[in-house]
Amino acid sequence: CTSVGYESFEIDEKLDEKEEDVLSANNFTLEINKKRKQPKRQPKEWRCLDSCCWIIGYLCTTWWLLLFFYHCLPVTLLRVPELPGPGVRLKREGLTALHPVVLVPGIVTGGLELWEGRPCADGLFRKRLWGGGSFTQIFRRPLCLLEHLSLHYETGLDPQGIRVRAVPGLVGADYFAPGYFVWAVLIENLAKIGYEGKNLHMAAYDWRLSFQNTEIRDHALARLKSKIELMYISNGYKKVVAVPHSMGVIYFLHFLKWVETPPPMGGGGGPGWCAKHIKAVMNIGPAFLGVPKAVSNLFSAEGKDVSYIRAMAPGVFDSEILGLQTFERVMRMARTWDSIVSLLPKGGEVIWGNMDRSPEEGHVCDFSKKSHSKTSLTTNNVNNSDVKRGFLVKDLANYGRIISFGKPASVLHSSKLPTADSKEFSRTSTSENFNNFSCGEAWTEYDEMSRQSIQNVAADKAYTTTTLLDLLRFVAPKMMRRSEAHFSHGIAENLDDPKYNHYKYWSNPLETKLSDAPDMEIYCMYGVGIPTERSYVYKLSPNSRCKSIPYQIDNSVHGEDGSCLKGGVYFADGDESVPVLSAGFMCAKGWRGRTRFNPSGIATYIREYRHKPPT
Amino acid sequence: EGLTVNHPVVFVPGIVTGGLELWEGHQCAEGLFRKRLWGGSFGELYKRLEVIREASIKLTDFYMKLIPLCWAQHMSLDNETGLDPPGIRVRPVSGLVAADYFAAGYFVWAVLIANLAQIGYEEKTMYMAAYDWRLSFQNTEVRDQTLSRIKSNIELMVATNGGKKVVVIPHSMGVLYFLHFMKWVEAPPPMGGGGGSEWCAKHIKAVMNIGGPFLGVPKSVSGLFSVEARDIAIARTFAPGFLDKDVFGLQTFQHLMRMTRTWDSTMSMIPKGGETIWGGLDWSPEGSSFNCGAKTLRNNSINNTDQIPNINLANMKNVNYGRIISFGKDVAEAHSSKIERVDLLDSMKADMLANLTNCDIWIEYHDIGDHRIKAVTDYKVYTAGSILDLLHFVSPKLMARGGAHFSYGIADNLDDPKYQHYKYWSNPLETKLPDAPDMEIYSMYGVGIPTERAYVYKVTTATDCSIPFQIDTSAEGGSEDSCLKGGVFSADGDETVPVLSAGLMAAKGWRGKTRFNPSGIPTYIREYSHAPPANLLEGRGTQSGAHVDIMGNFALIEDVIRVAAGATGKELGGDHVYSDIFKWAERINLQL
Repeated sequence: CTSVGYESFEIDEKLDEKEEDVLSANNFTLEINKKRKQPKRQPKEWRCLDSCCWIIGYLCTTWWLLLFFYHCLPVTLLRVPELPGPGVRLKREGLTALHPVVLVPGIVTGGLELWEGRPCADGLFRKRLWGGGSFTQIFRRPLCLLEHLSLHYETGLDPQGIRVRAVPGLVGADYFAPGYFVWAVLIENLAKIGYEGKNLHMAAYDWRLSFQNTEIRDHALARLKSKIELMYISNGYKKVVAVPHSMGVIYFLHFLKWVETPPPMGGGGGPGWCAKHIKAVMNIGPAFLGVPKAVSNLFSAEGKDVSYIRAMAPGVFDSEILGLQTFERVMRMARTWDSIVSLLPKGGEVIWGNMDRSPEEGHVCDFSKKSHSKTSLTTNNVNNSDVKRGFLVKDLANYGRIISFGKPASVLHSSKLPTADSKEFSRTSTSENFNNFSCGEAWTEYDEMSRQSIQNVAADKAYTTTTLLDLLRFVAPKMMRRSEAHFSHGIAENLDDPKYNHYKYWSNPLETKLSDAPDMEIYCMYGVGIPTERSYVYKLSPNSRCKSIPYQIDNSVHGEDGSCLKGGVYFADGDESVPVLSAGFMCAKGWRGRTRFNPSGIATYIREYRHKPPT
Repeated sequence: EGLTVNHPVVFVPGIVTGGLELWEGHQCAEGLFRKRLWGGSFGELYKRLEVIREASIKLTDFYMKLIPLCWAQHMSLDNETGLDPPGIRVRPVSGLVAADYFAAGYFVWAVLIANLAQIGYEEKTMYMAAYDWRLSFQNTEVRDQTLSRIKSNIELMVATNGGKKVVVIPHSMGVLYFLHFMKWVEAPPPMGGGGGSEWCAKHIKAVMNIGGPFLGVPKSVSGLFSVEARDIAIARTFAPGFLDKDVFGLQTFQHLMRMTRTWDSTMSMIPKGGETIWGGLDWSPEGSSFNCGAKTLRNNSINNTDQIPNINLANMKNVNYGRIISFGKDVAEAHSSKIERVDLLDSMKADMLANLTNCDIWIEYHDIGDHRIKAVTDYKVYTAGSILDLLHFVSPKLMARGGAHFSYGIADNLDDPKYQHYKYWSNPLETKLPDAPDMEIYSMYGVGIPTERAYVYKVTTATDCSIPFQIDTSAEGGSEDSCLKGGVFSADGDETVPVLSAGLMAAKGWRGKTRFNPSGIPTYIREYSHAPPANLLEGRGTQSGAHVDIMGNFALIEDVIRVAAGATGKELGGDHVYSDIFKWAERINLQL
């Protein structure tokens, strides 16, 4: 390529010289003023070609040079210089592997692979559909992939003829996308002090399913139990340290109840199982009480960063790929996943606040990231989420109203608002039918609703976490019926009520007792200092096409300076996904000391890590 | 046909085909954490090598040697203990990915897995019992608790699949490994897994051995003795190009030898049973019944297999397979009475102290000195029995290490308490099968490919720092159909394992109620006649009988699927034999 560039350039120059010679000879005979020099120049096209060649030559040379230097560099310089992790230092201090470690990945980050599929997914057998390597397959055949990642809407299990399974082993969730690590750094540091396959296990599970269904379909819980028992025995009777992340936290909570419950519902490990096998549960970014993000995801398939999925895989779900109805298709898929329902806020108004009150009241939002970098490393890491409280705020954020329609509904006092009446949540079957005819096949359950009821829902109302569930039951009755057989979002009045033996309560820390294991430890480890979605201002979607989502976040609503309202979303402190309230409350209060949720007094510790953007 | 998932399936990969990854290494392997050092695509390794090579063109060739050395260093084990060297941890890759493909496009288990998935198998009903194939079998338990993990996983699969017993499919060395496992799991702790004497009967429906070297492979002898064979060591067959001379520099063989000699597992495949099984100086069970020109013949007339033995009886008189190593072609073919041998033990006594050499490579040849090398050649002919003496003689340390983990004899009295030691567990001639009359054992292997069986050696006259023995590649049999080619006598087999080793136990040693099989576990022989791929489109062939390619043989896959879906050996059609294994078995005088 370079040689071509040079050659043509040289030829051009020769041509120039020759012509100049000829012309200078002519100078004697003809009087030529400077204007006559014009024709002597190359015609316009030639100049263009000339510069083209120059550019190509330049590009090729640079590229070649860069390649050359790249290969000249020693290997160690080619990689991004890695900071020596704490593993190296701790090894020097003499720490070695003692307790086996179990990693429990969260939602979305685990890889999924195809075992059986439709013709459109030919050649993808045992290839990753989700996570891990690349998302090239999603780019190539997006609709096919969406179909395969969806579950059956009625059962929440595999659709006919499709089997998509979790990728087992450490590779299941070490990297989500190339260069986007999830567990890889932790694994590497653990390996530095001697961990390896025999004492490090990734409890991969299909994160789309409800927790009990992972056992019913894949025996994932039984496998985890057997693995923990094996590691306990084969590592010299050392208890296991579990490290769940994000949704893995409530999955592991479910596991702890499951394992001690007698069969057929449980694993039959007996009441002493946790005490015998588990040393500590180190919850990372725990979504104990749910995340408000799940609300906006289920309600309108968007959020500040347009749902988990879009945040994790930027560009993947852009409208160009899926046609115009990206959100609708994504919502259609996401609503078949029971696990998202497990992340709806739990504990109702008691925890998340009601119309006029919320526990975080008075939180000051600071969207500029400057302050974070100023905080020195030496400041005490523990509990600095409370530092900002006590500042006077002009614009009170009513976090308790998790969904409000229109800005007024989000700020006005509750007495001035129309109350949400559950009686309104009833459908008229006639309009349903009418709608079905006009739009053909229903995609989401919104398509089965009448215009009237859609507007009724919106009419200047605000919803708290309690009424939110009614709202969701109204807009998506089938989904909620399916998922609420697996999850519950309340607070138990009496934990000894036999109904709480059912598995649907096991993943809700407010409706289960921790196991009787006084020597166990529970850690709540999470980041703070990043604005995190907490509640939303909605509006009716102007678009009334068929198969469109009738609601969307009102991006035009902004608060004043210092307000937590931005782009239709109220922010609170958290780690960008999980608000501090959800991550820390159980360790700070619900389980602290001997409580009814923690009868044996398992010790809890809160470890907060202040966010500091990379310099 | 309506077959569906019935019994959970356990795969046990063989030597070399399983992936290994780095967990801790020296400076030179920085950045390869949890990358595969072995198996998979070798991609990371290649990339690294290429970069280094380009960069070092202008520097010295120092790096050229260093990087492959670094790799060999990490792949080696400690030559005293047979475990990790200090500061290096290389571990097996776990899961189905461990051995589905060995290199990009070179399937091992992938085809079988894909076919099982068609009838509904998935992760919860399939399990790859990956282990570090470099270690001795008992050491995989000592270091990684691999046997415990396999036990726990089998128990879990039986429990979660409604009490259905598992079908185990070991391949190649995995066959011996699983034999070891079956003894281990029923033996009481601390040496065993403490599963009790009923464990196998309760958990295992069938063991479907694919290409199992039950009685060892002659290839391993040449591998240990001089790191060569027609395809120069097991390692090279699988990574063509990678282990080429230019990568390792001129001393390829020594580096390879140094590396493979630290692997205890290679010693599990030294021929077992001595002269009783493999033949003495003047006889061998195979006699002269195999047509070594079969490869060319069979291409034209696959159906003529019955006639082939008759054709060859005439010109196959002098094949003495029993002499596994002979020095010189004339010695290989002469009658035993005409060979003058100097006793190895005598020369051992007269042995002088070894010369100290300056070679920087550790192989024991440099410790043994010229006298011993002379003594080795003076003995001239080695049978399967004396081959052990030979190996003890030339590499005492290696054999001392291996002798602690493996045994190669035939038991006189299986009730002798000494046979409770784990070193006997992987030798089918020194153990009893478990008490599980409902279990089934299959021997499934390819036939019709000339397989290395015996060697003609010569002494090299090379410099100090090389291996003093070499296969005499100039020794040719003369005629087209001769079994001697390039210094190697071939017999029928699957290119790696001779039929004798793969089939004898199922044909005789375990057939009916014998002392090796007290509960009378039924055995079935399923042979698959090799037919090379008809055209390029077929890739490695759907009727191949070659040692690894057989994993893609459709007939074999069908057999496996039927058994996994619930069929018994009788329903499959019992024995299915092409070779003369039953005839050979009669000639072997094995006390049953």
